[in-house]
Amino acid sequence: MNSFPFLLLMIVVPAVGAAVVAALPRGRDLLAKQISLGVSLVVLLLAVLATAAFDTDGDRFQLTSSVSWIEDFGVSFALGVDGIALVMLLLVGVLVPVVIGASWDDEPVGTRSMTVFFAWILLLEAMMVGVFAATDVFLFYVFFEAMLVPMYFLIGSFGGPRRQYAAVKFFLYSLVGGLIMLAAVIGLYVVSANQGEGSFAFEVLNAIDIDPDVQKLLFLGFFVAFAIKAPLVPLHTWLPDAGAEAPVGGAVLLVGVLDKVGTFGFLRYCLPLFPDASRDFAPYVLALAVAGVLYAALLAMGQSDMKRLVSYTSVAHFGFIALGIFAFTTEAGTGAVLYMVNHGIATGLLFLVVGMLIARGGSRRIADYGGVAAQAPVLAGVFLVAGLASLALPGTNSFVSEFLVLIGSYPTRPVFTILATVGIILAALYVLLMYQRTMHGPARGLMDGQGLAADAGEPAGPAGGTGATAATATATATATATATATATRTRRVPDLSRREIAVVAPLVALILVLGVYPQPLIDLIEPAVAATVGDVGGDPGGVVPDVDTSGAETEAGN
Amino acid sequence: MDTVPADGLLSASWLLIALPLAGAAVLLLGGRRTDRWGHLLGTATVAAAFVVALACTLQLDERQVAVDLFTFIDSGSLDVRAGLLFDPLSAVFALLITGVGALIHVYSIGYMAHDPRRRRFFAYLNLFVAAMLLLVLGDNYVALYVGWEGVGLASYLLIAFWHERPAAATAAKKAFIMNRVGDVGLALAIFVMFAQLGTVTYEGVFGSVGLLAGGTVTAIGLLLLLGACGKSGQFPLQAWLPDAMEGPTPVSALIHAATMVTAGVYLIARSAPIYDLTETARTVVLCVGAVTLMIGAIAGCAYDDIKKVLAYSTVSQIGYMFLAVGLGPVGYAAAIAHLLTHGFFKAGLFLGAGSVMHAMDDQVDMRRFGGLAKKLPVTFVTFGLGYLALIGFPFLSGYWTKDAIIEAALDRGGVSGWVLGGVAVLGAGLTAFYMTRLMLMTFFGKARWAPSAPGRPTPHPHESPSVMTAPMVLLSIGSVAAGFLLVQAFPLVEWLAPVFGEPEEAEHVVAPALVGIAVTAVMALGVLAAWLFVGRREVPVVAPERVSVVTRAARKALYADAINESLFMRPGQWLTRALVWVDNRGVDGAVNGMAAALGGSSARLGRAQTGFVRTYALGMLGGAVLVAGALLAVTAG
Repeated sequence: MNSFPFLLLMIVVPAVGAAVVAALPRGRDLLAKQISLGVSLVVLLLAVLATAAFDTDGDRFQLTSSVSWIEDFGVSFALGVDGIALVMLLLVGVLVPVVIGASWDDEPVGTRSMTVFFAWILLLEAMMVGVFAATDVFLFYVFFEAMLVPMYFLIGSFGGPRRQYAAVKFFLYSLVGGLIMLAAVIGLYVVSANQGEGSFAFEVLNAIDIDPDVQKLLFLGFFVAFAIKAPLVPLHTWLPDAGAEAPVGGAVLLVGVLDKVGTFGFLRYCLPLFPDASRDFAPYVLALAVAGVLYAALLAMGQSDMKRLVSYTSVAHFGFIALGIFAFTTEAGTGAVLYMVNHGIATGLLFLVVGMLIARGGSRRIADYGGVAAQAPVLAGVFLVAGLASLALPGTNSFVSEFLVLIGSYPTRPVFTILATVGIILAALYVLLMYQRTMHGPARGLMDGQGLAADAGEPAGPAGGTGATAATATATATATATATATATRTRRVPDLSRREIAVVAPLVALILVLGVYPQPLIDLIEPAVAATVGDVGGDPGGVVPDVDTSGAETEAGN
Repeated sequence: MDTVPADGLLSASWLLIALPLAGAAVLLLGGRRTDRWGHLLGTATVAAAFVVALACTLQLDERQVAVDLFTFIDSGSLDVRAGLLFDPLSAVFALLITGVGALIHVYSIGYMAHDPRRRRFFAYLNLFVAAMLLLVLGDNYVALYVGWEGVGLASYLLIAFWHERPAAATAAKKAFIMNRVGDVGLALAIFVMFAQLGTVTYEGVFGSVGLLAGGTVTAIGLLLLLGACGKSGQFPLQAWLPDAMEGPTPVSALIHAATMVTAGVYLIARSAPIYDLTETARTVVLCVGAVTLMIGAIAGCAYDDIKKVLAYSTVSQIGYMFLAVGLGPVGYAAAIAHLLTHGFFKAGLFLGAGSVMHAMDDQVDMRRFGGLAKKLPVTFVTFGLGYLALIGFPFLSGYWTKDAIIEAALDRGGVSGWVLGGVAVLGAGLTAFYMTRLMLMTFFGKARWAPSAPGRPTPHPHESPSVMTAPMVLLSIGSVAAGFLLVQAFPLVEWLAPVFGEPEEAEHVVAPALVGIAVTAVMALGVLAAWLFVGRREVPVVAPERVSVVTRAARKALYADAINESLFMRPGQWLTRALVWVDNRGVDGAVNGMAAALGGSSARLGRAQTGFVRTYALGMLGGAVLVAGALLAVTAG
């Protein structure tokens, strides 16, 4: 086995990087950014190398390492990844450098220093790696809670006008969930102690049998924490606030990765540890999931704030993921994990491009924009790609995962699946409505010519967080001059800068590549999902067709 | 007939899709650098694809050839491969798409010459051709679905090509959404196939569909039909197609007349082994076809917008095709034959309409046309030939293929045969009426030309450049000859026999000659009626207000939009608004309120919120210790 400590390094490197960046004196912003970008690229490299070292036909958990931590309670600093955790680490590895690049020219809010912002991002990265790589339940819990701190400060210090409210709300919701989970974690330990030696190690806990009634209680303890994190209706209302007020980079990591810890937790902890309870509660969870798909999609349509809209679309997407997980088939589960990755990429891109638009117009309101496509075609094109990925158009990555979730859920849960499938119409509606209102039509709102001279030089918009760059401002001024010269009364919206193109290009490329050739990721994910499906009593080999077509099957295989 | 692995040139049939796709990629990513030659590249890729399609078809000789490319999605029991099936059915579609597609690309060079975004236009057209070819060449339902939504995207991009116009942006969105309603049906059909049969390939599904219960087969048939209705603008999802005319006219010709909108017919014909097993689903297909045929024909009589008349004509003609595929084995080849001839003459008619608009400063109101025959002689002749082909003038294309459908409907026998045959004949009469009206208002009578907008000069019509007229001439040749070639000279029925089975000699209820004479007579009546109502009097420049209830309904396309709005759109908007309120006040309020109640009072919560994270951490730890202690006590005790 490969004994190189990939996972430990992926935690230590960004944590040390965070400390170094935080220790930099004020005014060394550029150096802080360069260090941060470098560190995050190292983590990406480690993630890629770890993937290369991972053997898809090997043991479930690989790259493992374990150091005893609190011996009295059997807590160890145990790391290891299965295919599910590994793809999440890849997602973290990709998104953090992108976020750092996207926040490169952000203006600080108030007196805060941007070096602190980048330090928090790196610390967050370390925590996120830890939460996915932990194979000890207590260690998982520690990272699960610790992750809140950097995100709290990212929202509360660098967010929009209502950042305080949003940060506190985010923190309280998570805290309540975490508290309930802690009780269940300790309960789990007690149960294992009653059956022999007490342990927090996942593989030990996975092997023991738990009384069905106790399972139910413990399941609920974990479930509520995860259902808040990957918000299921009706526990979702913190997300639109947090997503809207967080700085764009923070929002990408919040919705793209942090919330996935919830769905990851369903799959890693709820299903295998509490299989009986999972089966008992599945209909209720599925009802919440499908309700979320439809309800959040309708709500997304009714939003006037772009960032809130994107947040609501995520709630709908989390419904699809939960559907795939609780359908208990290998196809749907694999689709759900793939969905977690794809959603991080697609919604990440959507948040980024919305942020770039907001940086230009200085408003989050949809009604303040109109006709942007005519002036900034590249921005509009990237916006469209992100939107199409969000509505799961074939050819984009999201189609593969949504299709797998739905086709895999239909055999076991036809009614829920049919209802969720209706959600794809609503997805088209909320994406295209926003796209039409902001990008199409004649120049409107802020894009119209009124008061263009006054706006041209202002670097930062009132939404805070994401400010226009100096270069952008210059471009605006130049373009405005041209516009005035040609006597059009339309304010020129500068198209994407080179930096912005470099930031979105990797995500656009991933959306298209994973849309056409997703199989390598599926091969990584499937074994771990199959094992989990087997734990809850499903057929790990996949759905068995209702009709025996053994005669016809052989022909079809040709 | 067994499918064999591809050999020789046929194994390169993936080039058909790759060529236009590469064209689209180069044009989209290349940016302004490609502005100068982008349109040439775009045309060249489609022309090259046509050559490949032709070469592949010549090599086909009554086989079904499979090309396996790579694994697309393989998880659990689901195995979706990126594989192509080149058989006689996909071959005729590939030829139609690339052939008509190449002509329309050439035409667009002229039509879009003055548009600053011409390069992007060609990129989208290339993208469309690639997606459409994937749709017809895929060897499984998932590949079809990918192409299916891919053409939907291309259609969206092209309808909204002039996106500064709110009407174009709205029409594009409407088309996409209504298509998605249909797509849900197609997706669910695929889910059912997978759950029941464990496969989504044509070969696997068709090989084992006979093992399914009758009700399941009917369900699959109806779900596929829903998909087909969305894409093909059939009742009840027909309302998007006329609005799609907001796109540039070459788009209307290629996508919204000749190819994409006929994908529904392809889907049902391709799924023939499924429909063969379900009489119920076939009957529904028949009814959809018959109803849509009449809706389109009636609405076509009342509109003054030249493109909308042609659009409703398309809706109506695809109704004929649905009617034909609904008839089962006797109708499949007839439907495809009509689809091909319709592809020629309707594309030609749209290109002619584009030429007229070109001459008339982009106006579409036929009440502002008149007397254009002399000014636009080439357009007049080519358009006229397309017109004669469409109304079924003896021995031109439409005559052969439409008559075949009407005959097949009558041959069904019994009451239903007479009703369906009667509807089809009546539709032919209405077609003759609205098309003659269009001809008279556009090309004959007095000139009623007027400025397109205040301040614009009155148009001085001029014939279009030869880059535009040449494709029109070629298509008009097709309009004249294709029907005879496909029905009499080289019967399509025999070419398609490997797919649909050998044609049976039908027992005719009415002698074919008699049908031909009857249909021609009804057509002549339609022409005569149009001359009586429109041709011999002055055409009012403004549409008369005082008209009969029937005309008023027809002008509103039988209130399809009004019904959609009052049934879905407005309730949806109310629901959305109500839910936003509920979520902001109700759900959020309830959860916050609960939290406050747990914390004692909202005031204390407010105070807690002003504290530091330290306090929370301490509270968290304290709470955890309490809970853990309690748990330990309970379990240990």
